[in-house]
Amino acid sequence: MSTAADVESVASRRGSLAVEANSLCKDYKLGHSQTLHAVRDVSFSLYRGAVVALVGESGSGKSTVAKLLAGQEHLTSGSIRLDGELVDVRSRRSFRQYKSEVQMVFQDPFASLNPVHTVRHHLDRPVRLHQRTHSKAQVTAEVTELLERVHLTPPEQYLGKYPHELSGGQRQRVSFARALAARPTVLLADEPVSMLDVSIRLEMLGLLDELRRDFRLALLYITHDIASARYFADEVLVMYAGEIVERGPAEELTQQPAHPYTQLLVASAPDPDNLGGTLREGAKHTVRPGAGAATVGCPFNPRCPFADDHCLAEDPVLQRVSDTRAAACWHLDAAAASRPGVVTAGRESEV
Amino acid sequence: MTTGPVLDIRDLSIVYRTPGGDVRAVHEVNLALSPGEIVGLVGESGSGKSTLAYGACRLLRAPALITGGSVTYSGRRAAGPTDILQMRPEDLRRLRWREIAIVFQSAMNALNPVLNVRDQILDAISAHIRMPRQEALEKVSSLLDLVGIPSSRLRSYPHELSGGMRQRVMIAMALAADPEVVIMDEPTTALDVVVQRDILAQIIELKETLGFSILFITHDLSLLLELADRIAVMYAGQLMEVGAAKEIQHAPSHPYTMGLLNSFPSLHGPRRDLAGIPGSPPDLRREPSGCPFLPRCGYGTEACTSVDMKLAPVTESADPGHGTACPFVGPETHELVRQEVTGG
Repeated sequence: MSTAADVESVASRRGSLAVEANSLCKDYKLGHSQTLHAVRDVSFSLYRGAVVALVGESGSGKSTVAKLLAGQEHLTSGSIRLDGELVDVRSRRSFRQYKSEVQMVFQDPFASLNPVHTVRHHLDRPVRLHQRTHSKAQVTAEVTELLERVHLTPPEQYLGKYPHELSGGQRQRVSFARALAARPTVLLADEPVSMLDVSIRLEMLGLLDELRRDFRLALLYITHDIASARYFADEVLVMYAGEIVERGPAEELTQQPAHPYTQLLVASAPDPDNLGGTLREGAKHTVRPGAGAATVGCPFNPRCPFADDHCLAEDPVLQRVSDTRAAACWHLDAAAASRPGVVTAGRESEV
Repeated sequence: MTTGPVLDIRDLSIVYRTPGGDVRAVHEVNLALSPGEIVGLVGESGSGKSTLAYGACRLLRAPALITGGSVTYSGRRAAGPTDILQMRPEDLRRLRWREIAIVFQSAMNALNPVLNVRDQILDAISAHIRMPRQEALEKVSSLLDLVGIPSSRLRSYPHELSGGMRQRVMIAMALAADPEVVIMDEPTTALDVVVQRDILAQIIELKETLGFSILFITHDLSLLLELADRIAVMYAGQLMEVGAAKEIQHAPSHPYTMGLLNSFPSLHGPRRDLAGIPGSPPDLRREPSGCPFLPRCGYGTEACTSVDMKLAPVTESADPGHGTACPFVGPETHELVRQEVTGG
C-alpha cells in the first residue's frame, strides 16, 4: 500500500524548507488515568514564501499544533526541525534563537495587546530583544519601518496610541508588526482574521500575503474557514480530532475533497449560488451531527456514512491520492464516488 | 388576521448618551417583518443591528435612549396593532417571550449555569404562561424533542453540553410560549460550520411547522443570502439597502452591499477576484452629514455629503420592495464591475 511518505507538498514549490514537524503528538492528562490525545502523529513542513493552511473545527487540535511549533507547549513525542536543526526547548539560548525565527499572531487583537502600554512599547521590546539594537535612534527607525510595513501610516500618529484607541483591524496590524519585529522566517497565524469584521478581513489577509512575499515568510494559517484557505493558501491540511485527515493543494482539495469529513465541511459552507437549496430541503446529513470523535478506529467513524467494521477497528493512516494529495480513509473509492457532483466544471461565473 | 406586517419598525432612532456626546446608534430606521418571513439584518460590529432589535423590544437600558419612531406589533393574538414603544410595563411583560422571543448570541452566557436544562426551560414557561406543572414538564420534553435534544439530556447542566446543544436549548426556550416573532441575534456565530448548518436547517424546519417570523441578525451576508427571504443591510446605524435576498445578491444597488458581496471568499463556484472594503467603519460620536459610507466608497462625489439617507425604490429591480439609500449608484454599476472583474 502506498502511504503519505511519497506525497509532495505543493508549498515546496515556492521556496526552501523552513520548518519540519515530524510525528507531533500532544497528550493532556485529565486525571484518573484519562488522557486526551489533542494532537496525534501530525507531520508537515513549512516552506519559505508559501502558505500552509490548517483547517478544522474547534477542538480539532489545530491551535495546539501552533502552540507546539511556537514552543508554548511541550511535545509528548515527535520532533521539530528548523532549517534542518533539531529544536531543543530545554536549551535556553538556542530556544531564544528559535523564538525569534518562529513568531505567532493570535486570534483576538483585543486580548493579545497589553491595554496599559502604547504601540511604541509593544514594538520597542521585541526589536531590542531580538535584534539586539540598543541605540535609541535605531530602534525608533526600526519601529517606524514596521508600522509602515503594516500600513499604519503616518507611523508617528500611531506610536503613542494605546490599544483601546485603535480599531480591531488596526490592533491586528500592530500584532503583525510585533511578530515581524523579531525578523522571523516563520509566522504562525492562529485565526488572524476571524475576530475582525467581514469587510476588513480580506484586506488583512491581503496584508498578510504581502508580508509573506516581502519577507519570504513561511506561513502557517490556522482557520476554521475553509473558503478563506482556498483563496489564501498553497496547501491545505484538514484536521479532525487531532489528526490530519486530508492534505493537498488548496484548490484541488476544496473542489474535489477526498475524505468524507472534508466533503462534509465543504458541503456545510454557505453557498449563495445555491439559494437555500440544501437548507430548505431540510437537508438531513447522512452523518449524525454532534456525535463525538471515536477513540478507537477512525475518529470520524461515528459520523461517517461509509463507516464499517474496518473503520471501527483500525485508524487509517494517510494514503496517497495523487502526487500532491493524501487522505486518511479506508473507503476513499466510495467517498470519491459519492462526491456531491463536480462542483466547478459546469457552473458559470455568477457573482 | 391581517396580511400586513407582524412587526413594523418606523423611523426608529436610538442614541447612547455618553459624556463625550450622543452616539447615534440607530438613525431613522424603517423595517417591516411579515408573518412567516425571515428578514436578515446584516451589518458589521457596531453598526447598530443588535441595538435596533433590542430597542424594538424595549430591552435597552440607559445610557441607551429611544429618541423617536414607533414599533407596531400586530400579532394574531394581539387585540389590534399596538405601539410597543407606548406600552405599559405590564403589557410589555405579556408581550415579551409570548409574542416576541429572542435567541441570544452567546448561549454560554445566556443560560443559567446553575440550572439544568429542564429547570431552565421550566423557568421560562412559568414566568410567562400559567400552566400546571405536569403539563409544563411535558411541554419541556416536547420542546427539546422539537430541537433534537434527547430526553436523557434533561438533567444536564449547560457546561455539560456542546456549543450546538446549548444553542438548541436556547432555541427551545425561545419557542416555549409559541411566539409569533423570534429575534435571533447571531445564533450560530460561535459554532462550527457543520453544526451551524444543522441548526439553520432546523430553524427553517421549525419555522415552517410553527409559522413564526424571524428577524435574523448576523454579520455573515453569505449565510443570509441562503437563509433569508429579505435582507436589510445596515451601516453606521442606518439602513443602506433593503430587498429580496435574490435581488441583493444579483442586483445590489448600494456600493456598501456590493463591497460586502465582494468581501467573502466562496468555496463553491469558480475563484473570483475579491476586493473587500478599504478603510474602517466611522466613529458614530461625530454626527456624519450625508452618507456615512462616503470615506470608504469608491463612487463618492461632492454630492454625497448632503445626500438624504431615506431609502428610495430601485426602479430597475424585480422586487417592488427593493430600496437603496444611494441615489447615484445602481445595479448597473455592479454589472459593470462584474464584467471588468471577469474580463480582467
